[in-house]
Amino acid sequence: MTAAKPRREIPGTPMFDGAAARKGYALNKMCFTFNSADNRAEFVKDEAAYCRKYGLNAEQEAAIARRNVLDLIAAGGNAYYLAKFAGILGLDMQDIGAQQTGMTKEAFKAKLLEAGK
Amino acid sequence: MAKIVGGIVTSHVPAIGRAIAGGLQEDAYWKPFFDGFPPVQKWLDEVKPDVAVVIYNDHGLNFFLDKMPTFSVGAAPAYQNADEGWGIPTLPSFPGDLDLSWHLIEALVEKEFDITTCQEMLVDHAFTLPMKLLWPKAGDNWPVRTVPVCINTVQHPLPSAKRCFKLGQAIGEAVRSWDADARVVIIGTGGLSHQLDGERAGFINKEFDLQFMDSLVTDPAWSTQYSIEDLVEKTGTQGIELLMWIAARASLGSVEQVKMLHSNYHIPISNTAAGLMVFENID
Repeated sequence: MTAAKPRREIPGTPMFDGAAARKGYALNKMCFTFNSADNRAEFVKDEAAYCRKYGLNAEQEAAIARRNVLDLIAAGGNAYYLAKFAGILGLDMQDIGAQQTGMTKEAFKAKLLEAGK
Repeated sequence: MAKIVGGIVTSHVPAIGRAIAGGLQEDAYWKPFFDGFPPVQKWLDEVKPDVAVVIYNDHGLNFFLDKMPTFSVGAAPAYQNADEGWGIPTLPSFPGDLDLSWHLIEALVEKEFDITTCQEMLVDHAFTLPMKLLWPKAGDNWPVRTVPVCINTVQHPLPSAKRCFKLGQAIGEAVRSWDADARVVIIGTGGLSHQLDGERAGFINKEFDLQFMDSLVTDPAWSTQYSIEDLVEKTGTQGIELLMWIAARASLGSVEQVKMLHSNYHIPISNTAAGLMVFENID
């Protein structure tokens, strides 16, 4: 199987391309179902069973269990679908940003404010 | 023939929906953002468009990775908003304009844009929130009919800036050749610089954003010199949504055909540099 030509690497910047889309299909499909409140409730009731239902692999299931965004991206997750998972957890985009950059939420928010100066 | 009255380009961020629902427009954090809109609302009251063509990107409400069209055009009698997973209140449905939809579809395919047509289409925050920002008092009755045009920014390869510019030009030509006594406004939503994912999350590039906004006034094709990778590097993984601005601005015509009436730029709204520009057509 021949993979597509790799894209130019931009440090710290995942490009969701064909390779990621192939790798992350099951994970993203599960997250897509979180558009529905019933599905969100079903996930919360039994996370492992819900992950199995959508055929997540071990890496994806572990990343879901750890709520680790960088691991979820490495497992093929797409930011837009993962945002729906973050919604279940009650995390906003500053929580997500802080987690990925290893900053406190306050420091991350300060960094955003600083960008406006 | 139909007339393009002008265009509006603006950012879209889910958090805006929460701010509107919570009535936070005067809150210190939100005020610099919401204060950008009254001049636009006033202009819309004056030019009174009948139809809005809304160029936006879906974030996993209507499209999933099972089928991911590069360019898609709505052809539905109405467009529903729906739960995107975050519990933001949904907005009332938007009336379509089937005549313009099908005219646009015919014209774009004629010009070799192999678009996807959608007779059912859910519209997400990228479509609904700008509409609410532009017509805050609309209630259940939006004052315009709508035609959504969606550009894929979910899965690479994305269409190039150059291609999106040409799409915009083709949309502009199509609208102007529509045999209808209608006034049309073109809306582009997305950007400006922001990045939600990866170790570079929180990336914002004020210098580039301001240069880009200036280019829409002085040299609208300026950004088409850049590749998608260049633009992701300069604006962030989601900053690439500036493709909607490029297409919307291209639809309006040359530097001589438009006058920039109003702009606003504020950092941050959530993780995003929020921009807003209004152009009036003087042709």
